[in-house]
Formats: sequence, structure tokens, C-alpha cells
Amino acid sequence: MKILSITEQRDAKWNKVSFETLAAAQQIAQQTSGSVSAAVIGKNISALADELAAHQLDEVLRIEHDLLEKYTPDAVTIALRQAIDFAKPDLILFPHTYQVRDYAPKLAASMGKGMIGDCVAYRYENNKLIFVRQMFQGRTAADVVFTGDAPWIASLQAGAFRADLAAKHASGKAPVKSVPVELKPDQIRTKPLELFREAKQAVDLTQAPILVSVGRGIKAPENIALAEKLAKLMGGEVSASRPICDEGWLPMDRQIGSSGQTVAPKLYLALGISGAIQHVVGMKAARTIAAINKDANAPIFEVADYGVVGDLFEIVPALIEELEKHQ
Amino acid sequence: MKIAVFVKQVPAKDAPLTIVEGNAWIRETDIGFEINEPDSYALEEALRLKEKHNGEVVAISMGPDRAKQAIKEALAKGADRAIHISDPEFYKLDPLASARSLAAAIKSENFDLILTGLQSDDQGFGQTGVLLAELLDLPHATIIMAIEATPSGVKLKRELEAGWFQWVELPLPAILTIQSGINKPRYATLKGIMAAKKKEIATVDRKSLGVSDAPTQHIERIYVPQKTKKTEFITGQPKEIAAKLIEKLKHEARVL
Repeated sequence: MKILSITEQRDAKWNKVSFETLAAAQQIAQQTSGSVSAAVIGKNISALADELAAHQLDEVLRIEHDLLEKYTPDAVTIALRQAIDFAKPDLILFPHTYQVRDYAPKLAASMGKGMIGDCVAYRYENNKLIFVRQMFQGRTAADVVFTGDAPWIASLQAGAFRADLAAKHASGKAPVKSVPVELKPDQIRTKPLELFREAKQAVDLTQAPILVSVGRGIKAPENIALAEKLAKLMGGEVSASRPICDEGWLPMDRQIGSSGQTVAPKLYLALGISGAIQHVVGMKAARTIAAINKDANAPIFEVADYGVVGDLFEIVPALIEELEKHQ
Repeated sequence: MKIAVFVKQVPAKDAPLTIVEGNAWIRETDIGFEINEPDSYALEEALRLKEKHNGEVVAISMGPDRAKQAIKEALAKGADRAIHISDPEFYKLDPLASARSLAAAIKSENFDLILTGLQSDDQGFGQTGVLLAELLDLPHATIIMAIEATPSGVKLKRELEAGWFQWVELPLPAILTIQSGINKPRYATLKGIMAAKKKEIATVDRKSLGVSDAPTQHIERIYVPQKTKKTEFITGQPKEIAAKLIEKLKHEARVL
């Protein structure tokens, strides 16, 4: 199987999920007696192409054009279509980033193909490649296969594969090929303007040793004080899943997950957080995870070291009392 | 401004999920359904744009008969009319076949703006808006946190990863996928619920649209995922649980 692994960069900085995807592509190629090429897209990308070529690859495709300097879904779709016609891969793998979500389904549809998005694993059984993805916010998994002819398109969830397992080139460097790209300004309908971050972050959660994090289970804004009291006693900070910040119960800079911060504290205590994928990617690197949730089937328990199935409004006051006793 | 908003009906967040025999889908009887959360933000955004710039909001939902409930809710909140694309076996469609059906159902309407949530809380493919852009040959932007009308189109705040945002401009007509948290969705008022009873719901049999539903992918089975970590569950009365958990965090995990 001929695999093309797509990378992502912005202002010459890699999106590191690219190398997780590359590692997965190498593993699939090994099992299917296939080969892997990788593509880098943008302007002034020769140094990035060389960096990529240090990996175990058949070749690196350099997809370069002035109109690819700033990301637009139109330009990237058109350029990648040309690269796919040029390289003729059987399987195209993407890192499941926000940017890939913005253009990869369009690229697939332009070829009349489907895309299996946000995969967390794969299996190769009886000459069949099966992708595993989550459904119902992580409460169920699904085995999904492609039907129809190649090329097949899939994207892989951040954190699902290990970037450090991406194999380096055995003898120096893979050849870098420039893909001829034809693009005209009038083909691009999006006008990209400035990138920015919201007002300065008041708290740096990445530095907090302990996080007491609240989700929908906290029920009302006045209950946040309970989590704050527990966090203070533990010497940590309060954080939250997205719905809590959407409601305005805590400021956005306390949000953990794919759209907020990614953290790796010593202890992450999840209170009433179901554990949707978008949240888990932001906290699963914590050294110890404890979770309190009334639903025994909540996906948060899949990543938790310690679990309590119960009412947080009974357990948290008991935890506070216990900690106060030993002060 | 003529605005379409796609709303999908999904199992309620706290609905207990059981997988049917054969592992093809979940059991739909005896569980509650609601409008997919990101779609309810898209609906609210559509209603606010209409209130500001005039025009019409058309709510569109594809699904079995039960999807009518989501449509009625959208009408009660202020959508002007609705289209129900009816298919009792809607869950079997892959994202491309779904998008082809939606595109065919609205093509002749010539909307200025098409909104939908960025993903559904059931299958979670997150592809519908982007696929529609390709199928209808319209510009698009995803994960939108603000919409401003400009003389030539719309100016949009896109959410990127890790706290970054970007402003982009698009001409109209265009397709946008809306992120949760862009606004505060309203509740339906009693007046709205009464008014909704007189609003038009056009029902279209999905099969009559004549689009290909040849699958590009097939879900072989769905199942409860295997645990990746061994979780130690702590049981007892709240006081016992608290004492045991603190003890373990202090002396076993050594993180307190």
C-alpha cells in the first residue's frame, strides 16, 4: 500500500501531530508491505522539507506556491489535488487538526471519496485495514472500513500515535521532489486576516501542579466555589471543560481541551466531567487522574487511575472535610 | 439575508446508550433526543443575524420522524419555516451521502448563508459543512466564534487550536460551521411555541431526491471501548471514599 502522510506547518513551525501521523503511516506501511511518502505544504519550505526527509520515507513531496503562504481551504485543496494526481497514493493520512477539519473533507468530496476522520487506532486483519473512531462523545467506539476504490482518506486524532516512534532514515536522507502546483488568485475565495490570541491569560494552568477541574456535573455557577475550596486545600488551581466556559461560569483561560489548554499536572481531579474526546486530549498526559462522576460508563473513567462513581455534591464536601482535618 | 440552518437531532446528553444486537447502532426506543448542541448555537446565530439584517431563517433537519421534534423546537425559537428530509434509516448514511442529500434538498433555495454546528454529538464526523461547501461550490469557514456582516460579505472569527483565533473574510453566499459558545441560545417562549403551530414544515422523502447514497465507508460495528488504563474504583460511603482517595493520592500516587 502506497501511503501519503500529510504534514501541517504555520510560519515554519510544525504542528507536532504531523509526526504522530507519520509514525502511524510507517507502521501501516510495514504491516502492508507498503511505502510512505510525506508532503509539506506552504511557501519557503525547503528547510522543512529537508527536516522531513531525515525520516524513513520513500520521498518528500514539496508542495510550494506563493499562494500557499497563508492557509486557505481553497488553495490547499487545489494544491493537494494536484499532488495526489502526481504521487498517486492508495491511502492519504492526515493529522486530525482544526486545519485539516477545515479542508480534508472538501478535498475528499472533490474526488468523490469519503474520509474516515478522527481515528484513534487501526487494525490490519485478513488483508483489511480497519480504522477505529469514537462516537457519541467517546461513549462508544466504531470499527470503520473503506468501501470502493483507492485513494482512501483518513485523519488521526492528536495523541493517538507516538511521534517519538517516527523512524529516521536508515542511510541519510529521502529524496525531496517538488510538485508542480498551478494556482491562481481568483481561485481563492477566503481572505485570511490576522491571527491573534484573546486578552492576556490571567492564569497559566500548564504550570499548576494540581488541577481540580469541573464539568457539566457541577450544575450551577454557584457550585464552582466548592471546587475552588478543594483546589485551594490541595494547593492547585481550578480548571474546566468547555461547556462551563461557554456558559461563562469560569473564564476561557481556565478551559482544558483541544480548544483550550493542554496540561500535564501531577494530579488532575475531574469533577462531573464526562470525558468527551475534545477534553481528554488536553489532560490525558497528567501523571495521576482521579475522576468523580455519577455515570459509571462516562468515558473519563477510561483514562482515570482512580474512579469514584457517585454524587460529587456528597464526595467533594467529604474530601474538603478530610483535608481540613489533616491541616 | 436568506439563511439556512441545519439542525440534527441526537440522543440527549444523559441518555443511557445501549448497543443493538448486531452492533449496527444504538437502541433508539426509550431514550430522549435533543437538538445537537453546536447546531443550537448555529440556530441562535441565524436568528440573531435575521433580527439584525432582516430576511428569513429556514431550519432543515434530516432524520426519521422523531426529527420533527427538533424542527418544532427551531420553529418555536423563531425560525420562519422548515424542511424535514425524511429517512427512517438515516443513521446508515455516511457523511458524503448525507451531505449530498442535504445539498440536493436546498440547491434551488439559493440561500445567502448556510449555518450548521461544527460537529454532531452522535457520530461526530464533523464533515457536513465542509462537504456542503464542495458540493454546492461555495466558500466556507469552520469553527466560527463571531460573524459580522461587511459590504462585500462576512467577516468571521475562526477558532484555531491552543487559544489562537483568526479573522477571515468571505463573500456571500457562504457556508459556516459554528462552534459552541458563540452566543447564548434562547429558550422557546410560549408565544413562540404557539406561533410555530402555524409555520410551514415541508417534508421531503430523502430517496426522492435521487442522490447517490453509495457508501464510501462502512461502520462494521459499534461497541463500548476497551479501557486503556486500569481504573481503581473507590467505593463506600462519601466519608470513607474521601478518606481512601486522599490516602491513595498521598501515599500511593504521591501527588498530594
